[in-house]
Amino acid sequence: MSVSPLIAEGLRKTFQSAGRTVTALDGLSFAMVPGGGVTGLIGPDGAGKTTLMRLAAGLLVPDAGRIHCIGLDATRESLAVQAAVGYMPQRFGLYEDLTVQENLELYADLQGLPPAERGARYARLAEMTGLGPFVGRLAGRLSGGMKQKLGLACTLVRPPRLLLLDEPTVGVDPVSRRELWAIVYRLVDEEGLAVLLSTAYLDEAERCSDVILLDRGRLVDQGPPGAFSAPLRGRTFLVRGADASARRALQARLAAHPGVLDAVLQGEAVRIVTTEAVAPDRLASGIEATCEAVSPRFEDGFVARLKDAGAPGELELPRVDALRRTPGDAIEVEGLTKRFDGFTAVDALTFAVHAGEIFGLLGANGAGKTTTFRMLCGLLPASAGRLRVAGVDLRHAAAEARGRIGYMSQRFSLYGNLSVRQNLEFFARTYGLRGARVRERLAWAFAAFELAELADAEAGALPLGYRQRLAMAAALLHEPDILFLDEPTSGVDPLARREFWGRIYALAEGGVTVLVTTHFMEEAEYCDRLVIMAAGALLAIGTPSEVKAQAARDGTPAPTMEEAFIRLIERREAA
Amino acid sequence: MNTAARTGGGRRLLGLLRKEWLQILRDPSSIAIAFVLPVALLLLFGYGVSLDSKHVPVGIVIEQPGAEAASFAAAFGESPYFAPRIYSTRQAARAALRAQELDGFVVVPADFAHRLKGEGAAPIQVIVNGVNANSGRLLAAYVQGAWSTWLARELAARRVPIHEPVAAEPRIWFNPQVRSQNYLVPGLLVVNMTLVGALLTALVFAREWERGTLEALMVTPVSLREILLGKLLPYFALGIGGMALSVLMALYLFEVPLRGSLWVLVACSTLFLLAALGMGLLISIVARSQFVAGMFALLATFLPAFLLSGFLFDIDSMPAVVQAITYLFAARYFVAILQTLFLAGDVWGVILPNAAALAAIAAFFLGLSRRLLHKRIE
Repeated sequence: MSVSPLIAEGLRKTFQSAGRTVTALDGLSFAMVPGGGVTGLIGPDGAGKTTLMRLAAGLLVPDAGRIHCIGLDATRESLAVQAAVGYMPQRFGLYEDLTVQENLELYADLQGLPPAERGARYARLAEMTGLGPFVGRLAGRLSGGMKQKLGLACTLVRPPRLLLLDEPTVGVDPVSRRELWAIVYRLVDEEGLAVLLSTAYLDEAERCSDVILLDRGRLVDQGPPGAFSAPLRGRTFLVRGADASARRALQARLAAHPGVLDAVLQGEAVRIVTTEAVAPDRLASGIEATCEAVSPRFEDGFVARLKDAGAPGELELPRVDALRRTPGDAIEVEGLTKRFDGFTAVDALTFAVHAGEIFGLLGANGAGKTTTFRMLCGLLPASAGRLRVAGVDLRHAAAEARGRIGYMSQRFSLYGNLSVRQNLEFFARTYGLRGARVRERLAWAFAAFELAELADAEAGALPLGYRQRLAMAAALLHEPDILFLDEPTSGVDPLARREFWGRIYALAEGGVTVLVTTHFMEEAEYCDRLVIMAAGALLAIGTPSEVKAQAARDGTPAPTMEEAFIRLIERREAA
Repeated sequence: MNTAARTGGGRRLLGLLRKEWLQILRDPSSIAIAFVLPVALLLLFGYGVSLDSKHVPVGIVIEQPGAEAASFAAAFGESPYFAPRIYSTRQAARAALRAQELDGFVVVPADFAHRLKGEGAAPIQVIVNGVNANSGRLLAAYVQGAWSTWLARELAARRVPIHEPVAAEPRIWFNPQVRSQNYLVPGLLVVNMTLVGALLTALVFAREWERGTLEALMVTPVSLREILLGKLLPYFALGIGGMALSVLMALYLFEVPLRGSLWVLVACSTLFLLAALGMGLLISIVARSQFVAGMFALLATFLPAFLLSGFLFDIDSMPAVVQAITYLFAARYFVAILQTLFLAGDVWGVILPNAAALAAIAAFFLGLSRRLLHKRIE
């Protein structure tokens, strides 16, 4: 096959949203590399990834330009394209009241798979996805990772010539993600399939054979992942301070350095990308630290490329003051258990979170993270165990404890049709703030989260990154001692995630205890300490380095956080 | 490609039908809408709503006892329509009326016997509680009837020359006992089927939008015609089932006669159901959320079917503007058809024009649904 499976020429697409014209794609041209393989579609939120996928599947009509899918015009010959292409939307809609087998049969009928070929295809898909034992189960009763695999199986039921996957791994835990990738690789190897996959996980880009980087509807660059990081050779270092506990201060200092393009925490060290190849000792002058050269990752290339392309530059960290510090441990949990109808969601958890600490809660989908969170926030009564939050026993004084915690849920819980100011005013009142105090805290929120210019904009119309800021501001209005963040960065692009973590660091420096759940393994490195949960139980607890050390074995003495996570879960399942 | 699409079409439609059917079987809500809702409505309204008055509490004030007055009062006691109570003063009756113990009272004045034989004004006075205008008017008419019956009897028994009014002798066709159930139940069937038809389909597309299943369907080579038929056929089957159940209840439980032919009933019900399902589909395609679609389906079907179909309130006595609006709703035509079919028979002059209107409405809704449903998601 020498023809490119997907060619875009001058693609332009705009949408009308709340009276404004939003340009999703702005004259985009590219061609997927011919032959099989996985092409990664990468870019920040609003880069136009989903719009491109929908145009390729014939679900949208471009304002200008053309898009050719496997040699067919995707706009004018959309039925033919849809017969030959497999497309898995971000929210693949499975019929939850049909069984796994019935879902497969429906899509086999719709895709026109001849009955004679079905048995063999079902068997192959069941074997690949591991859904074999569950064919009779209702799709609604499957776990999140299993649903994702069933969605993939449904799009693959008739072997497509091009597979379009729109963020198939969002909100999916590392174990399920790895299984999904294994399926995609097998399809590429065994069926010579061409795949276009969009993702927010930059480590996944490194698994692609070719990467298309989009930003604000335009092509930034295209090439193999190595080509993105290659120019950064000799510009990436791990910096270790003398005092590991001061790593956040070191990170802040390095980030402010004019010669440093990017600085993120990685274990006890700070990983930096410099603006030009400089000798590490020159850079570390004036800072008591050791520098170690490391090979660049795709993420470094991505951040460098976007910062060159004029993405929002250095951010000013919010000033957080007047926050109280709780003496002793902020959270003490002993034998915490939650049972639902004979099913144990959380099984005798015991841990403590120190005041002013960033504490991560990691686990596969369904490991009990959200249930634990809800119990800690006093939203759900515990079945058994002792639970002290901010020095208060939640069993007796849940209301008092709630006044001292802030909670930011996965979906941000904002009122979409109220303005930024109205949202903040509303939350201030619900926390019992009055009069001058409301004005004072609103002024703080506008300044610390740079929301002043958007005060009268409708919250629902804000970009995701701003809604996230607003939600965080709302959770901090009453100056809580403890902040709970439930997957705050799900679906948020790497640049916005860096900014968000900058704010979390500032909070922790101000004495606020932060509890956070996340699916991004590199974010686990940003935590002071973390726990890994599986099936309601605690698998590991400690600093990122300690947790990684627990998973080390002969072959890999220094596993990455993701490897450690997967290994700990596998070790438990084997036991 | 084209031939492949065509040969696959039958299989795709079958696949969609099987899927919809499995969903109907697993999710009891559509079965409840199709079968439980009409039965509940029919029982509730069929038994609960009756426009006939019986055992109306009425007071009789006898200011001066006498033979004539006693005989008159006795006539009220014999009638099934009244539950009379005797008072000796107007004040007592008035107090009882205010306390809502009485719906009205009749005053038999002290000079009743005297004036009966003489000439002049009507010798009795009727006072009716007008708070409920409808039952008040009915009561006044009943009292009038009871009075004329008594007068006629007096005349025959005593041969006394009494001032005799012109006797009107009413004949009521098609429903000689004037059973309100005979015309209410066919009307209720219409209300039922409007609600059932629109609710069944109003929720289905909205549900697929909400759950994201429609986007996944749209990227298969399925055609829009197949998607629409895949929705319409299963719910049509359910709706016809609900209709059959309602008709059986009408015939055997409420004992409404069916004087027209069954096949006309089936044909007209099909047309009406297509119109109702089409309206539901249209709502569902436009609304995209189950909550909005459900609310809108209730508002757009139930209320007009109740108020504007002529089933409870006579269309000819509505103001001209409101009358014009009734032409927009399928319920009006189906009420006319059903009342005719049940009570009068196959009156083609009524059935044909109304059936044509139903067909036009069904074609309008289904056609518009087809035009508004796109394989594009903008």
